[in-house]
Amino acid sequence: MMIPFGHALAFAAALFVLGLTCVLLRRQVIMILVGVEIMLNAASLVFVASSAYWQQVDGQIFAIMLMAITAAEVAVALAMVVYLWRRKRTLVADVFNGMRG
Amino acid sequence: MSALLFYILGFIMLAATLLCITRRNPVHAVIYLVASFFALAIMFYLLGAPLVAAFEVIVYAGAIMVLFLFIIMMLGLAPQETPEGPGWKRWGPLVLLSSSLMICTLMLIFQDPAASKEIGAFYLAPQAVGEALFGRYALAVEVISFQLLFATIGAYMLGKPLSKGDQ
Repeated sequence: MMIPFGHALAFAAALFVLGLTCVLLRRQVIMILVGVEIMLNAASLVFVASSAYWQQVDGQIFAIMLMAITAAEVAVALAMVVYLWRRKRTLVADVFNGMRG
Repeated sequence: MSALLFYILGFIMLAATLLCITRRNPVHAVIYLVASFFALAIMFYLLGAPLVAAFEVIVYAGAIMVLFLFIIMMLGLAPQETPEGPGWKRWGPLVLLSSSLMICTLMLIFQDPAASKEIGAFYLAPQAVGEALFGRYALAVEVISFQLLFATIGAYMLGKPLSKGDQ
């Protein structure tokens, strides 16, 4: 690989900003979760690029751990999506504005 | 050659992600995201991480995104986001915020002298990753396995039928 480290970081930053835009722009809860996934992928790109730059194994380990953590997060988040759907029959985030114990 | 491939894949990834975040239909968005993840997996391979690349395809594209698709299809989500009022009032501040954040990040990255140094040739066989993962990081693996268990229990609790008052 003969690319500068900064270019790999720039791709990751662009991916992260796209994910952030998705979270802020979209109103469906599912699309907000998709934005979170995009941001997590940007983080794992940074980890893997850093691993190659410093020639160390640790970055790749953290990328793998990030995947496991994302799998757990998605399981809970999608269960919540199904719960919200059963409650209000919609997934537009603006609808969910009340709390009750 | 591999550097050129890296840039091509990077732009494919960004284009697929951009298409993903602008689709009305959630199914189309998830399919574009899978395309983006495939490009990202090959980028991981080029950066010397074949195991992470395989996991990216198997876990992200194969499991997590299929779970998204499954939920979208189970709930029968239609493309229902209808913007209210002029579109640019929603888009404008966001694009301004995102682009300013992007410019600041790029300036921060490229003012560092390390940014222009090249990534050397690097290839890490899955065996070395496994040895580090179950050697030095064995405790972290255990903690993550607990976390997966708790997530399963949490998903089960959320999936139980609603009580009468909540309906």
